[in-house]
Amino acid sequence: MLTKRIIPCLDVRNRKVTKGVRFQGNVDLGDPIEMAVAYSEGGCDELVFYDITASAERRPIDIGMVREVAKVVHIPFAVGGGIETLDDMYRVLLAGAEKVSVNSLAVKNPGIIAEGARAFGSQCIVLGMDPVSVADRSRFPSGYEVTIRGFRERTGMDALEWAKRAEDLGVGEIVVNSVDADGTRAGFELTLTSLISTNVHIPVVASGGAGVPQHLVDVFTKGHADAAIVASMTHTGEYTIAAIKAELDAAGIPIRKKW
Amino acid sequence: MIAIVDYRAGNLTSVLLALEHLGVPSEITSDPAKILAAERVVFPGDGAAGESMRNLRELGLIETLRAVVERGTPFFGICIGMQILFDFSEENDGVACLGFVPGRVTRFQPAERAVKIPQMGWNAVRFRQSHPLFAGIEDESEFYFIHSYYPVPADPAHCYGETEYAGVCFASAVGKGNLFATQFHPERSGRIGLRMLRNFTEWDGRC
Repeated sequence: MLTKRIIPCLDVRNRKVTKGVRFQGNVDLGDPIEMAVAYSEGGCDELVFYDITASAERRPIDIGMVREVAKVVHIPFAVGGGIETLDDMYRVLLAGAEKVSVNSLAVKNPGIIAEGARAFGSQCIVLGMDPVSVADRSRFPSGYEVTIRGFRERTGMDALEWAKRAEDLGVGEIVVNSVDADGTRAGFELTLTSLISTNVHIPVVASGGAGVPQHLVDVFTKGHADAAIVASMTHTGEYTIAAIKAELDAAGIPIRKKW
Repeated sequence: MIAIVDYRAGNLTSVLLALEHLGVPSEITSDPAKILAAERVVFPGDGAAGESMRNLRELGLIETLRAVVERGTPFFGICIGMQILFDFSEENDGVACLGFVPGRVTRFQPAERAVKIPQMGWNAVRFRQSHPLFAGIEDESEFYFIHSYYPVPADPAHCYGETEYAGVCFASAVGKGNLFATQFHPERSGRIGLRMLRNFTEWDGRC
């Protein structure tokens, strides 16, 4: 049986892992390479790195770091942030990443998804989206609007429509990061996650809000997620991946048990 | 020296880095002479069957691979590099493949809409027969998969491991003499995947 994936997300700034609440007030937590190795040995199923200041500072992604991670981590990992062109995708994948994640870029230039999928395969192209809940259902039928550039900019796009369009364009997976839940540790946005996951045919990764293991149980059952991202709850050492997996296992959710 | 066959089929870096981690000399190459001279051959790849076969033809590698397999060189196919070892793939409206292992490759047809295609993630491999490449690996260990098609060997004797997804139980590890192949990616399957690759680097091609 295919297992549900737990994916620690490492937001990297100046080669340090940081974490904030709703994209604000970031504090440094550690070295990305050391944390990646510890997570991989601790039983995480995949990793994602966001070079979070890249798109705001308009500089290219840190390829040297991608290579260093690939040398020591032999599980899949995705890299996002600062990817502007097909050539950027190629360099990240060639450095050893399994997947590239595009977010703001895909909103501005949806064609890049199709080009990337054609050039490297759909399985390499991840769409990251940062939806925020909105009241205006006439403009946003799903009740969620897509934001970009770390919630700094609204797009006027409906989140579900964007997810379906991205699937048609050829993305292999969608990471749904709730702006409302990000960093709050109050639980995933289950309505949003379920809405996207049950309306596309590709895997959906829930992101934003994980605080206790029960939140992951909820997002895999009520939220219908295929994978879930954790950050604060494990970065701080409060929970280990093994402890989260033990609770998921007890709840009857299939997880990878041997690593 | 291990030759990692480059036929423009996706990202070969993770295979190279996994072998590097094991301390085994290896080289990514499309050169038939180097592939023929290699002690072992890894035939990896992501992508579609049609394009993969076209690339092999253009690079003049089909006969090279056949010669390598026939002379008994330990050979490891991964993902699309497993699928195109069979006679035929249904992908791209049907593609004649290498025919090193009798059988065909077909697409997942889930009855339930909720089943996602591709299968992406970690799934268990149940061993059907023992094999030198399974040494030190527990039965039902999980490996990393990413695929929409799966192989159906004509002869069950070629199935060494099986995996369940989308309502089918398919051959996720196949073997025939000096040839071994997996639908999953050992190079991305952590410590257990590395163990399988290490077993391959020590394998004499007999089982």
